[in-house]
Amino acid sequence: MTLLWIPLLSLLGSIISSMTGKLTRNQSTMLSLLMPIIALGMSINLAPAVFAGEEIRETFSWLPELGINIAFRLDGLALLFVFMILAIGILVIFYARYYLSDKDSMPKLYSYLMLFMTAMLGIVMSNNIIQLWFFWELTSISSFLLISYWWYKSEARKGAIMALTITGGGGLALLAGLLLLGNIVGSYNLDIILASKEIVQASQWYEVTLILILLGAFTKSAQFPFHFWLPHAMAAPTPVSAYLHSATMVKAGIFLLARFYPVLAGTDLWFFIVSITGLATLLFGAYIALFKHDLKGLLAYSTISHLGLITLLFGLNTELATVAAIFHIINHATFKASLFMATGIIDHETGTRDMRKINGMWKFMPYTATLAMVAAASMAGVPLLNGFLSKEMFFAETLHQQLLGSLSWVIPVLATVAGAFSVAYSARFIHDVFFNGDPVDLPKQPHEPPRYMRVPIEILVALCLIVGIFPSFVVDDILVAASFSVLGGYAPEFEVALWHGFNLPLLMSAFAVTGGIFIYTQRRYLFLFQASLPTVNAKKTFDNTIYSLIKWSQAKIGAIENGSLQRYLMLMLLVVLLAAGWPLFEMNQLAGATDRTPIDIHNAIGAALLMIGALSTVIWYRTRMVSLIMISVVGLMVSIVFTRFSAPDLALTQLTVEVVTIILLMLALFFLPQRSPRESSSMRILRDLGISSALGIVVGSICYALITRPFESISDFFIDNAKTGGGGTNVVNVILVDFRGFDTLGEICVLGIAALGIAKLLINLPLFMPGSDSEGRPWAKDRYPSLLASISQWLLPLALLVSFYIFLRGHNLPGGGFIAGLITAIAFILQYIAHGSNWITERLTINYRKIIASGIAIALFTGVGSWFFDKPFMTTWFDYFDIPFIGEIELASALIFDLGVYITVVGATLMILASLGELTADASKEEVNI
Amino acid sequence: MELLYAASVGLLVSCGVFLILRSRTFPVVLGLTMLSYAVNLFLFSSGRLSLNSAVVLGQSSEYADPLPQAFVLTAIVIGFAMTAFVVILSIRARADLGNDHVNGHVPEINNKRKV
Repeated sequence: MTLLWIPLLSLLGSIISSMTGKLTRNQSTMLSLLMPIIALGMSINLAPAVFAGEEIRETFSWLPELGINIAFRLDGLALLFVFMILAIGILVIFYARYYLSDKDSMPKLYSYLMLFMTAMLGIVMSNNIIQLWFFWELTSISSFLLISYWWYKSEARKGAIMALTITGGGGLALLAGLLLLGNIVGSYNLDIILASKEIVQASQWYEVTLILILLGAFTKSAQFPFHFWLPHAMAAPTPVSAYLHSATMVKAGIFLLARFYPVLAGTDLWFFIVSITGLATLLFGAYIALFKHDLKGLLAYSTISHLGLITLLFGLNTELATVAAIFHIINHATFKASLFMATGIIDHETGTRDMRKINGMWKFMPYTATLAMVAAASMAGVPLLNGFLSKEMFFAETLHQQLLGSLSWVIPVLATVAGAFSVAYSARFIHDVFFNGDPVDLPKQPHEPPRYMRVPIEILVALCLIVGIFPSFVVDDILVAASFSVLGGYAPEFEVALWHGFNLPLLMSAFAVTGGIFIYTQRRYLFLFQASLPTVNAKKTFDNTIYSLIKWSQAKIGAIENGSLQRYLMLMLLVVLLAAGWPLFEMNQLAGATDRTPIDIHNAIGAALLMIGALSTVIWYRTRMVSLIMISVVGLMVSIVFTRFSAPDLALTQLTVEVVTIILLMLALFFLPQRSPRESSSMRILRDLGISSALGIVVGSICYALITRPFESISDFFIDNAKTGGGGTNVVNVILVDFRGFDTLGEICVLGIAALGIAKLLINLPLFMPGSDSEGRPWAKDRYPSLLASISQWLLPLALLVSFYIFLRGHNLPGGGFIAGLITAIAFILQYIAHGSNWITERLTINYRKIIASGIAIALFTGVGSWFFDKPFMTTWFDYFDIPFIGEIELASALIFDLGVYITVVGATLMILASLGELTADASKEEVNI
Repeated sequence: MELLYAASVGLLVSCGVFLILRSRTFPVVLGLTMLSYAVNLFLFSSGRLSLNSAVVLGQSSEYADPLPQAFVLTAIVIGFAMTAFVVILSIRARADLGNDHVNGHVPEINNKRKV
């Protein structure tokens, strides 16, 4: 459990510190420090085992079917990063206590910082690459939150968005790369992947995978040409810059290079891409840093340059280069974090970060100045400091590579040039800020910061010195352990020492220092030259690119999504046509093997009527009344088809639904135009005819192919058990109320919901009441013909009796709740038609909503009832009773369920029709009574 | 007979699709109704066509497939609910928008050729 606890404690810390808003600043800081300190203690406790060569693993099942588990591992490389993340994190939290002003929310910063800490710990300790990616994205998100900490500043918001876009985009590339990697290896487990170098590098996907993963790493580590987000991320509070943008997050990309070094490195492609990118970034960053007037801008470009240096080291094909890279990760984190903190102090005490204003600080804050100068000297690579050691190793390794063939000598030369520039900007940092005359109209009178604000810097600067003077004493263990895991199981012999004798690297260092000081003294000419170059505004370019991307995609979307439902429908139908039609091309023979039934005269006439009805509906579709009558012919023929092919229940249902539908549509025609205008162009008609015939052909063919093939049905079960298990002989009805009763319950709920929706749609309907039909003829004055009125009154009890009969016999003979409900509804609708709804409401006050609700409730509680007998939901009970005079009858709980269906159908149908009909009845009546 | 049945289903689909591609709501509703006939017949036929074999136990020697019938029965009722909802929606749309065009507005005449 120990490994899991390290990120978990940090997450816990994030939650705890978010709740410290009511406490004082000191209490909040103390509480926030608690969890990372415990976590650091735990990781120190694990260190001896890791130094001894052990790799600690922990796995918890998450989605084992997908090969995704929560898996942690701690090897030398991970331990190094865990130390850095926790230790610098603790210092930064402590420092931020003094940095933040009273207005800034401390819990917010701490909470985000520790969320970020969790994410970083997750990255370095993951043993599953999907999990690694998850934490990777979490760093992007928490970095976004931290950069936009001062959300009311425009530059903070823009910087945050830029960082998120670049690192998030890289994250997507990384995900693609990791998925490919996992697919090549066949596992997402890091242990297995790291052991599969041969498989991966032999794969045809190796190049794509490598480039995608490198994209992820380079965007995160601000490598050229993705570097531009980092300077804009400096809008974040300085503790955040110190933590994320120098010590940890930008190192995540470097970590990725190191992590996958054993499996991806070793090919020409790797060395070529990584070294060239690193070299370009190193030079570019070092050069630009010199010209930045903003202190943090200088440090940001310096960070870019140092990240390039580390990347270049990973791209040099030697083992010692890898060791140097790891060593420089440590050194850069220490001196750069302390420089950022010192910058924060200067910013805090002077109110500005502009080096043209800040001069002569030595007089005001000598102590801070000393600390900053030592750190800056380390950045420049001055002897006795840790920066010198790794820079020496770097120079030495540039001499041992053969990357560019006979031109390989260029690399050490360029490295020396970059070294000279880094000396120059470090010199500028020292000289411009602490000496160089007097300050120029500073917003504040500078003085030394609070005592404890310097403590984190003191610790880090002390580390720079100790590592610089006694390197092997301090860092040997961790360096060996980390190199051991990066190089895949062994560490080369090396000696980190201050003095290697007079050699070429020392000469390069000497050149760099003298060259750097020369550049700095002659900087005036360089500044003039730089000013004459065309300026590239990264923010503007970025904004324009994003803006044109958005416009481009909007145009593309607009081309498809033009607001026309007709077009969407057409596109969807085309997709259906393709999806359904394509398999037919691959089928050899349409007709199946079963015997055909011969066509008899009844079927032929029926089919002819159906087709004529359908075609007439289309031909006269603009004259709506005619097409409505025609479609009712089709509906009628459909119900005859059901009768013909042994489905009496369906025929009854279709017939009754047909009646209700046609009445509804006629009613609707009252509110809608009676004619459709001639609108479609001939081309449009042709196109639609094409689509519809094609779809008809496809569906008809599928139907033919289907019904001419033999099949196995599961229905024998229902036929065998209908009587014995469900107590009825009408199998269709038994299926509805018993075997698949749960489905039916769902259906009646849908029916009820539709009815309610309709009632709601009709509320406050702006009434559109034509006084005449479309030809201008006024409606008949005799609204309710007396003949119909008197007949319908006689019909009502008769119809109710029929529906009762149909309902009761439903379990054994064609009939049942659905059909009976529709018959009852029709009987009532007839009364509405014959007398008008006013006449009905005077005699009968019905709340249809209550009817629907009680119907669903009855059906539901019949189902629930079986729980009381310890049976599963909706178990049917039935038995036979001998009643005097009537004889033996069967009583089944399914009958009560069917009653619920019946009541719901009656309620819903009447609610739909009556609420629409009432609109026509009394236009003066404002409220729709439902 | 199978051929005739399949042809009828195909024709119903064609007519339904043609109607739902129209620009006014009422023909679209008719088209949906027509399509639901077609779909119901199609689903029903997945139990194959059989004459004189209603699934009422003891009434015939062979039985048709009851399962598609049960499904289609509820589909008919649900289809009615859906048709009703669409009809009311189009009445509401006409009342609120002042026209019965499916896009909610009548295209201008000079745009007509382009659309």
